[in-house]
Amino acid sequence: MSDLELPFAKKTLHNGLDVIVHEDHHVPVVAVNIWYHVGSKDERPGRTGFAHLFEHLMFEGSEHHNSGYFPPLQQAGALLNGSTNTDRTNYWEVVPTSALDLALWMESDRMGYLLPALTPDRFETQRDVVLNERRQNYENRPYGFALMAIVAALFPPDHPYHWLTIGAAEDLRSMRLDEVQEFFRTYYHPGNASLALAGDIDAPRGFELAERYFGDLAGGRRPERLRSPAALEREVRLVLEDRVQMPRLYMAWHSPAMFAEGDAEMDLLADLLASGKTSRLYRRLVYEQRVALDVSAYQNSRELAGFFLLAATVAPGISLTEIAATIDAELQQLADAGPTASEMERARAQTEAHFMYRIQTVGGFGGKSDQLNAYNVFRGDPGFFQTDLSRYRDATGPAVRAAARRCLPFDRRVVLSVVPAGQHAAALAGSVPVSVS
Amino acid sequence: MMRVDRSRLPEVGLDPIFRFPRIARHTLENGLDVRTVEHRTVPVSTFVLTVAGGLGADAPGQEGLAAVTADMVDEGTGESDAIEVSEALARIGADYDVDVGADATLFTITTLSRFAEQGARLLSAILTQPSLRQADFDRVRQLRLDRLRQLNDLPPAVAERAFLRLLYPEHPYGHLAIGTSTSLRSLALDDVTRFHAGTFQPDRSTLVVAGPGSHDELRQLAEATFGGWSASRAVAPAAASDVEPAVSLQRLAIVPREGAAQSELRIGHLSARRSTPDYAALLVMNAVLGGQFVSRVNLRLREEKGYTYGARTGFDWRRGLSPFSLQASVHTASTADAVRDTLAEFDAIGRSRPPSDSELALAKASLTRGYPRNFETVQQVARAAAQLALYDLPDTYFEAFIPRINAVGTDDVVSVAARYVDAARATTLIVGDHAAIGESLASLGLGELQVLPAES
Repeated sequence: MSDLELPFAKKTLHNGLDVIVHEDHHVPVVAVNIWYHVGSKDERPGRTGFAHLFEHLMFEGSEHHNSGYFPPLQQAGALLNGSTNTDRTNYWEVVPTSALDLALWMESDRMGYLLPALTPDRFETQRDVVLNERRQNYENRPYGFALMAIVAALFPPDHPYHWLTIGAAEDLRSMRLDEVQEFFRTYYHPGNASLALAGDIDAPRGFELAERYFGDLAGGRRPERLRSPAALEREVRLVLEDRVQMPRLYMAWHSPAMFAEGDAEMDLLADLLASGKTSRLYRRLVYEQRVALDVSAYQNSRELAGFFLLAATVAPGISLTEIAATIDAELQQLADAGPTASEMERARAQTEAHFMYRIQTVGGFGGKSDQLNAYNVFRGDPGFFQTDLSRYRDATGPAVRAAARRCLPFDRRVVLSVVPAGQHAAALAGSVPVSVS
Repeated sequence: MMRVDRSRLPEVGLDPIFRFPRIARHTLENGLDVRTVEHRTVPVSTFVLTVAGGLGADAPGQEGLAAVTADMVDEGTGESDAIEVSEALARIGADYDVDVGADATLFTITTLSRFAEQGARLLSAILTQPSLRQADFDRVRQLRLDRLRQLNDLPPAVAERAFLRLLYPEHPYGHLAIGTSTSLRSLALDDVTRFHAGTFQPDRSTLVVAGPGSHDELRQLAEATFGGWSASRAVAPAAASDVEPAVSLQRLAIVPREGAAQSELRIGHLSARRSTPDYAALLVMNAVLGGQFVSRVNLRLREEKGYTYGARTGFDWRRGLSPFSLQASVHTASTADAVRDTLAEFDAIGRSRPPSDSELALAKASLTRGYPRNFETVQQVARAAAQLALYDLPDTYFEAFIPRINAVGTDDVVSVAARYVDAARATTLIVGDHAAIGESLASLGLGELQVLPAES
């Protein structure tokens, strides 16, 4: 389909900043999107949660606008936000065309001149805000600690994916201001960033504005990228007691990294297994046998490595052992016979539609500016959209079967039982208690 | 190359002109109100069917019926069972979504435009001729009962349920769409069949069609797919918006959650209807008080005090009297302080601390300048048009929005704040650690602390 494309122009400023422009004049807004190639994978054991806490500090003011980041932009009608994951930190504004200069001024000021405005008071307040975010999204949420336990078991202690981006509470409490300053100098500079502008703007104007606002910031060295192997030698069974009503079973495997061979196939496999009523596990566990309340599967592809995650919550009166056996039987069946032609056809139709739905917005998380930056940062090529789509269009049933056989062995995985407090016995046999906080 | 002047922020230019695409209205022979909107950015189309019956149409004792019915429609139609319906949707990559609101239920389907007619046919088939079989009903109801049990672990859901009950005692709005375990258990398939017959009627529904194509083509698409839907003579449920709510007397209540790391807070009361002439002034008032990141409440609770990850105030708009409330999840040790600060802010805006000129300018600008980005995708445009039908608003509503907000002055904000935001009649509901915070709550002077059961 010729409609499915994401055209762009790219230029690299002399200080190393990549600038990407995409034109779309349907609505009088421009999306400004900046990626810094740093995430929680760049942290060290004992110093976790750094990258994300830092993201908060980026909204507290910079040298030439030494107060909150939100007021001038919201007054200009901008929508804005930021987020941190294991691999990258992104910041974006969607502004009326008339406020583009303001957004670029603000973004460039915090890229170049953050530290003079970074006071101990602001640091302390944001540390408290992040501790509250951790309480709200992990400590006070059912199954909130499950993923923490899973990545800790999948990846060894010195692996960059051993901890979640939110970090450990004691690490956050012990963090010092001078460490934050060092972090900024290492990772926050034009040479480690990518700027995408999408919307009511043309390329010459976009490049001119980028040069004006960012051109005189000092460049920096691209930080070294970590590589770290991880593998499981056996099946690891864990149990976690939590404030939940129903036990839930998680299974996790190492899987291909983002864009690596087999990544798209595992993504399709996740859909075949658990997306919609037609999917194999939903149909078997929830629809036919009614032994589970929900089931999900997800190929979590990251820059250094991936992991494939399956989860199912049991229906009242059903044991985790029972659903584990049914899930294994379905996985075995898929590994033996592979998907049917109609399953593949359906998965491809859904993928194609979702590629189209994703290019409907210029900004925000997952909009066109965010996609261009993702392709640029992880592949060095904003034009990777077509290749990305082809990975899915070209995936075959046998390739999905091969990926399932290779990536989902029963004897090398993490199986976590999350059970109501005091019901340790509801876990799979041989599960070892795990403690996370 | 000109160097950047960093001594001051760049000026913001003139606001771009905003035009909402024209909405064309058509009435089909069966009485269905059809509204078409041309939208041509990417080849994607959206259909939104609004039926006049949401959770407020649940009869007393049958809470959850509207939602079960909405869940049942895609469980099968004609020869197809639930799996086959799901399969048909998946084969065209359709995005199907159901939203059970207070006054209406919205069914949305979005597809690539080349599948628009197929998608609309499917939507029409499931909504107008669902199979409504016993076995599917049993499964759907059981899943909802189990989900209800799981909601007991989710502080925001527990808070929402208890808060609605406090604000709307004995009123059809006083429950969540999912209902209660007692009411769900009492439902039978017959109830669903009756509710469907009474509520899903062409002459009481609105269909919005948006996508590439002329108004005439979009209307023909509606005609071809929904023209055969015939009206039944079944009696429609009464509208919740017509029922006058009683005054809530409870000022302070807690749902105990032992050892909770945070307290989930709701503070507020009933305010106005969506159709109120004060709507624009209320939006500006809320933007100053708590509607956005830079509002007073968030700046105080998050940025100044560090009590929370975020605090927001807002209206949960309905055709009838709608709640105005604060929502936040705060550190357990700061619970009483957060309540005190919130009530102080509620009190101040209409009395001791009216909005400053800069607060007012910021609030208005944030509502108007970013307005066009709400209408970027075909689904946003279609849903916007459906809102007009739901709240009886004119087709010119979106284009009139910016001038209406710009006309709001300080006096208007103070006046609506004094009328609609009242710390003295606000109800405070907490889901949190009773043992840890009970004593500090007593010091708030909000009267007796009512302890509510944790389970529905």
